[in-house]
Amino acid sequence: MEKFIVHKGVVAPLDRSNVDTDAIIPKQYLKSISRTGFGPTLFDDWRYVKAGEPGMDHSKREKRDDFVLNQPAYKNSSILLARENFGCGSSREHAVWALEDFGFRAVIAPSYADIFFNNSFKNGLLPIVLKEQEVDDLFKAVAENEGYELTVDLENQKVITPDNKEYTFDVDEFRKYCLLNGLDDIGLTLQHADEIRDYETRRQEQAPWLFA
Amino acid sequence: MAGKTLYDKLWDAHVVRVEDDGTALLYIDRHLVHEVTSPQAFEGLRLAGRDIWRKESIVAVPDHNVPTTTADRGNGTAGISDPIAKIQIETLNDNCDEFKLNEFHMDDIRQGIVHVIGPEQGATLPGMTVVCGDSHTSTHGAFGALAHGIGTSEVEHVMATNCLIQKKMKNMLISVDGKVGAGVTAKDIVLAIIGEIGTAGGTGYAIEFAGEAIQDLSMEGRMTVCNMAIEGGARAGMIAVDDTTIEYVKGRPYAPSDETWEKAVAAWQDLKSDSDAEFDAEIHIDAATIQPQVTWGTSPEMVLAIDANVPDPADESDPVKSKGIADALVYMGLEAGQPINEIKIDKAFIGSCTNSRIEDMREAAAIAKGNKVADNVKLAMVVPGSGLVKKQAEEEGLDQIFIDAGFEWREPGCSMCLAMNADRLEPQERCASTSNRNFEGRQGQAGRTHLLSPAMAAAAAIHGHFIDVRSIDVRTEGEA
Repeated sequence: MEKFIVHKGVVAPLDRSNVDTDAIIPKQYLKSISRTGFGPTLFDDWRYVKAGEPGMDHSKREKRDDFVLNQPAYKNSSILLARENFGCGSSREHAVWALEDFGFRAVIAPSYADIFFNNSFKNGLLPIVLKEQEVDDLFKAVAENEGYELTVDLENQKVITPDNKEYTFDVDEFRKYCLLNGLDDIGLTLQHADEIRDYETRRQEQAPWLFA
Repeated sequence: MAGKTLYDKLWDAHVVRVEDDGTALLYIDRHLVHEVTSPQAFEGLRLAGRDIWRKESIVAVPDHNVPTTTADRGNGTAGISDPIAKIQIETLNDNCDEFKLNEFHMDDIRQGIVHVIGPEQGATLPGMTVVCGDSHTSTHGAFGALAHGIGTSEVEHVMATNCLIQKKMKNMLISVDGKVGAGVTAKDIVLAIIGEIGTAGGTGYAIEFAGEAIQDLSMEGRMTVCNMAIEGGARAGMIAVDDTTIEYVKGRPYAPSDETWEKAVAAWQDLKSDSDAEFDAEIHIDAATIQPQVTWGTSPEMVLAIDANVPDPADESDPVKSKGIADALVYMGLEAGQPINEIKIDKAFIGSCTNSRIEDMREAAAIAKGNKVADNVKLAMVVPGSGLVKKQAEEEGLDQIFIDAGFEWREPGCSMCLAMNADRLEPQERCASTSNRNFEGRQGQAGRTHLLSPAMAAAAAIHGHFIDVRSIDVRTEGEA
């Protein structure tokens, strides 16, 4: 996993609540057996005029000009600003892979759905929770300043605006540690293999039917 | 000290170790695997040179991509016309062969939707932790189990370690008190709950569903309720174990037998919240107030009783919510104030991990019996949840009732719930669907989904528009 320490980038505003993972990456692209290549079909139904299929040359498809990521100012954005309950619905990790493949390194929203939130950390995409009022302020700032950039400092848990205003955010210690160091958590868990085996031995005595 | 909730008990029984900050290693008893969210996990194992920690804990089945027409199902994967779907299903087969895992192949009668076959086989047992790379894994909580969906990285983690890295969620109790009226089903109960708490109301919580109306439900009904916990934002929903649970599990292929059965049943008696347990949030709903429900918008919380009218964004004071309503009306092609029972449909879909079990088939067939699908309905399809549900329905003659009424009777799979296979809506088509998500494009790009119960979906197919199932005379045996 790629480390996340400090990231500075252009903010793309997606002014909708309850953005679900079906919208982030539609089902037809889940037939892929790879983790990469989902960027061109991120927000597919909102980004293109007609429905797409896997295997198409997406660069040749007609785009919807009114969709934020199709506007020149946001082509290279890497921080997504969104409303509450971002990433609800399906558990598909493809949603995170699509956001990353497009170039996003962080999302800022007032709240997230649990599974999406988890999946993000596993892939080095930082989901930042700010207060609703703070998110509102950022939407206003983005609307007023073309190419608006933010700096995300994970070590100090701060989002910093161009005029040096700082917003503090919370992050779970363990997840922060993994992100800062780009750690694979399977390797970490396997350091406790003996404890897992001990648990299994104990549990099998109490509840043998679970191991049949 | 206060007593423990059911979730507390399930959590405590599965903690392998816990860090100072509360991050725990939670042991997983059952891992269900399907073709869509597993290939990248298997690939990760191969790249890291890792094996599966405990192979017997895994049950695999293809369900999301499988075709549901008999013509495409006769010849194994060779009959799958979509080449990319075919590769994905063959990849699951190859991975299960390589790692020596138990898989129910597409032509096995035990094949079906992963959340139908787990309980059907007794692979889901009370007291278990159950995970799957699918958000509707909450279904299995109906058995007094801790069950939730995980992403593909976690699928790989569970494969490699049989554990998940977790922090404990908060406890929420949703009690549906008293009895529901005639014609009100488990689906109506859970849609009404989501309407009440909202689509993010359960975020961060494990929900326990309780109360007389929940206890009165069959296991099929309880699975319908827990299935949609995720639509209320909660990864896990669960219901205490009682005689209904134990009766359902008894004698199933993967269930314990003989002496082990007695020991297991004794242990399962404790799988309920203590009477003095404290919840972080408690919600009470009067069952008698619940009417048959229909969603009108693009989020499951956008739901109303059948006799209501489509809402007006002008009546909503919160600007973000008002915009949400206005956007949904445009997408759904509806007018503010339109009576729900006048909305006409183009297609009807009875199936999905929410509503494709035998009881759902019976409920829909009772409405379809002796009637005909309305002329304006282009397609009405019934997709049983597993090969065994299909077999039982056919033994009961339900297939013939559906076919005589003009419904298509299909092979098992996820089908038009998420439209990964050929079963889908065309743009702007409107569907009465027993599935779980009415998101934009869920059943096909620009398709319009209304969620409702199997009885209400069958009634909409027969009448061509939404209609209160309680206003219909259900024909009994022997009538024409």
